[in-house]
Amino acid sequence: MDKTILLMIIGMGLVTYIPRMIPLVALSQLNLLGFVQNVLKNVPYATLGALIVPGIFLFSDNLMFTIVGAIAAFSIAFTGANVIVVVMGSIGTLVLYSMFFS
Amino acid sequence: MATTTFIKKQSSFLQGLQAGISIAIGYIPVALTFGLLSKSSGLGLAETVLMSLIVFAGAAQYISLSLLAVGTGIIEIIFTTFIVNIRHFLLSASISEKVEDDSIWKKMLYSFGLTDETFTVASTKEGTVSTGYMMGLMFISYASWVVNSGIGFVIGSSLPATVQESMGIALYAMFVGLLIPSMKKHRKVLYLAVAGAIINSLFYASQIISTGWSIVLSTLVSAVIVEMFYIKYANEENQHG
Repeated sequence: MDKTILLMIIGMGLVTYIPRMIPLVALSQLNLLGFVQNVLKNVPYATLGALIVPGIFLFSDNLMFTIVGAIAAFSIAFTGANVIVVVMGSIGTLVLYSMFFS
Repeated sequence: MATTTFIKKQSSFLQGLQAGISIAIGYIPVALTFGLLSKSSGLGLAETVLMSLIVFAGAAQYISLSLLAVGTGIIEIIFTTFIVNIRHFLLSASISEKVEDDSIWKKMLYSFGLTDETFTVASTKEGTVSTGYMMGLMFISYASWVVNSGIGFVIGSSLPATVQESMGIALYAMFVGLLIPSMKKHRKVLYLAVAGAIINSLFYASQIISTGWSIVLSTLVSAVIVEMFYIKYANEENQHG
């Protein structure tokens, strides 16, 4: 294996691991302010919003395809189905869609 | 006593594994594609699998391939990886409020597996998250990522193109599936998600910052603004009451 590549991979691994690890290990020892605590509890939902849009409209170059996928995901999720059903249902819908419409 | 503890740990690990199945499936196309691209950018099988084993970060790994392809130096690649993954700082701080207290070495171990996907699954779970659950969740996601990177390298694109393209929806469908139930329960979740979506889209459209920073900033701004709005609202409620 190329030595430079190996060094690069190790470096990439370190800079990826450190931000993942430090807050989790360090913060539990502190008692954060109520406001900061609430903001941190808000983070997952704000992140979900940011990850879904615009990502869900950009995963493919075909806009109609992404819209059909997005509608499928949202409608299945609104029925209260389990996450795995939402995932498989959306994939299935898109496979069917591409079989019949493209 | 020892047996009870063991069974309890075992079952929370299994719960984590189960919750991670969606992620493992979602990672399949992304990891297969990584393996495939990796081959075409000139990395070997061992290097490809090693990168997935050591880095475990989709976006950063993709970017490193495109940077390698244009002949970028390793320092720049490592720095770019850091910038792309800096958002994990925020995710790690947020999840530290959610996980059960446990020994530092266990936290050091499972924090390795903190990705956008494992974070969202763990943090949208009701109540406190146990160490066993985190281990199970990380394990299945990591295993899928590493194994499928290797498979991608070896088999290339033998899946039908339509299936590959359709699987691109998997991670987003999972995010939607995680978000909607909490949204139905709490109005605040709706505001947070919509704010995050709008701000991130604005950043994306204006192209002023990278995707990694865009997610950090839109998350932070939304989380702070919505919290301030709620404090104001609560104060007004108190005055009226």
